[in-house]
Amino acid sequence: MSRSPARDLVVGLFVLVGLLAITYLSMTVGGLSLRRSGGLALFANFDELGGLKPRAEVVISGVKVGQVESIVLDKDYRARVNLNVDGTLELPIDTSASIVTAGLLGDRYVSLQLGGDDKLLKSGDQISITESAVVLERLIGKLIHSTDVNDDGDKTKAE
Amino acid sequence: MTFIRELGWAAQNFVFHLGRITVFGAQILRAVVTPPPRIRPFINEMFNLGVLSLVIICVSGLAVGMVLGLQGHNTLVRFGAERSLGAVVGLSLIRELGPVLTALLATGRAGSATTAEIGTMVATEQLDGLRMMSINPIHLVVTPKTLAMIAVMPLLSALFIVCGLAGGYFVGVVLMGLDGGVYVSSLENAVDYYDDVFGSLLKAVVFGVLIGLISTYRGYTCKPTSAGVSAATTSTVVVGSVTVLIFDYFITALWGV
Amino acid sequence: MSFEDRAVLRSFSCGFPRGKISVILGGSGSGKTTILRLIGGLVHPQRGRILVAGEDISTLTETQMYGVRHKLGMMFQGGALLDSLTIFDNLAFPLREHTTLSEADIAAEVHRQLDAVGLEDVDDLLPGQLSGGMVKRAALARAIIRQPEILLVDEPFSGLDPISVKRIEALLDSINQQLHITMLVSSHHIPSTLRMADHVVLLFDAQAFAGTPAELQHHLDPHVAGFFNEEKDTTFTFESPKSGIRVASQAVTVE
Repeated sequence: MSRSPARDLVVGLFVLVGLLAITYLSMTVGGLSLRRSGGLALFANFDELGGLKPRAEVVISGVKVGQVESIVLDKDYRARVNLNVDGTLELPIDTSASIVTAGLLGDRYVSLQLGGDDKLLKSGDQISITESAVVLERLIGKLIHSTDVNDDGDKTKAE
Repeated sequence: MTFIRELGWAAQNFVFHLGRITVFGAQILRAVVTPPPRIRPFINEMFNLGVLSLVIICVSGLAVGMVLGLQGHNTLVRFGAERSLGAVVGLSLIRELGPVLTALLATGRAGSATTAEIGTMVATEQLDGLRMMSINPIHLVVTPKTLAMIAVMPLLSALFIVCGLAGGYFVGVVLMGLDGGVYVSSLENAVDYYDDVFGSLLKAVVFGVLIGLISTYRGYTCKPTSAGVSAATTSTVVVGSVTVLIFDYFITALWGV
Repeated sequence: MSFEDRAVLRSFSCGFPRGKISVILGGSGSGKTTILRLIGGLVHPQRGRILVAGEDISTLTETQMYGVRHKLGMMFQGGALLDSLTIFDNLAFPLREHTTLSEADIAAEVHRQLDAVGLEDVDDLLPGQLSGGMVKRAALARAIIRQPEILLVDEPFSGLDPISVKRIEALLDSINQQLHITMLVSSHHIPSTLRMADHVVLLFDAQAFAGTPAELQHHLDPHVAGFFNEEKDTTFTFESPKSGIRVASQAVTVE
């Protein structure tokens, strides 16, 4: 058979460049990470998720340290959010988790604020101090209600 | 009345070909698992279908990316949202334009070449010659071409997208004065592997299967005349392109890409 | 045997003697190539049986046919060589596929066959670079390289000059003499048929007439005999009613 090492080389290069492009798109642009095991698995219960989705970021001081693995409804009908964070982190047991928004109308993510305790969270532990998501509609509703009360109670203030 | 008859005939024809191409596909699958492995023809086809398509794919990708950059910037500027250009260019390319345009270009270039090649082999009795030497033409000729097409599509699609991102970067950052870091971070924040990139690669592979099957089938079953080869080649481009677009809708709807 | 709506062969029955050269003679479209393709299993008859070396192949699957074809060789009208491979690779192809011979042995065998058909220095050429006669000789070499029992030859003389015709005819003859291969040749070339055929099957009007060349030349049916004796009778007129073209022997007159 007519062998052509030059052709084989070119095909090999093509495949290599193509795979590099795929890797770039998957990992750098798409954020695929290969480190799946070896993280610190924690969970936290929230009353309101406000649109938090699985694979949302988990952030400390603005730096991504992990992601939301899954969200389930626990027996008290609260949202139990399972997190997986970097295994090298040392988080005190009074660390708190809150659901915040990126920008004004952006995606939800989980932000952790470190506590001061000496004892550290281990894999499987619960983050007990939580702050649920602030939902814009509720906020506006509260604002309207508080103005209504003022109207009833003190007519002069409304004018 | 004749219109209805035409329609009925067309529908019957469609189902007939659908059945035949399914049988054809099954024969290809059986050939894949039958030894000997046709490595050399496969590598040759990777060259013919992949390497030879590189220029058109990369140039088109660059051009499309630049247009996206321009159009995107013009539109976003009106809302003061030009910081999101990276996201707009990236998501458009990755989710839709990358796999679909690559598939359409590949159908035109590589698909028609495959149909013409196989069709000519039918017309010059080369496939019959193979059969008389107890060699299965589907095993030797059709299967390597089909497999190469499937392998090549995600690679070409990714290259198209990368060139497109570069084109968008060039227009947005170099020409329009956006900050380079803003473009890249907007892009990286908006694109998720599972929602976007994986679906994009999946589409590319599915399109590869479609184009591979259609182009080889049309060549294999064409009338053994030069007019027959020409008609088959045209049919590959037309049927292939339309099928890709239709499947694109269904994959997008089902996958949510 | 029909193709779509054309009935090519009706109620056809004939046999081909082993070890002899049989020529299937007939005009264009008479079904000569179809018979060869039926025997090769490339087409299946709507009804009837085809016995090749005692085995009925008309109901075999394609995969089973591959087994039968190890005994067959076919030389196609256009050569049907793989146009992307060199001549050497074309001839070596069946050996590389089906035998476990070493490359050295294969090379020796390929060159032996090329010598036998009178082709030299063509190893690295592509089929497109050869003349028509050379392509046919290469195709012949490829057809016999696996030493088949039966050789099917489709119109070996079409498109060749008289010298090449004689050359191919001599080759076919010597192959039959030396290797005792049964040969089925389809042709419309009468002089060579008369010279080389042991057995002739004449296809005329969807019927078959079989016998030795001598028998058919003196056949009772005047059309059959006339077919063979056309060499002597030079008045052959064809009239086209519309445009008034008359062909009489060698001259074409347009009126």
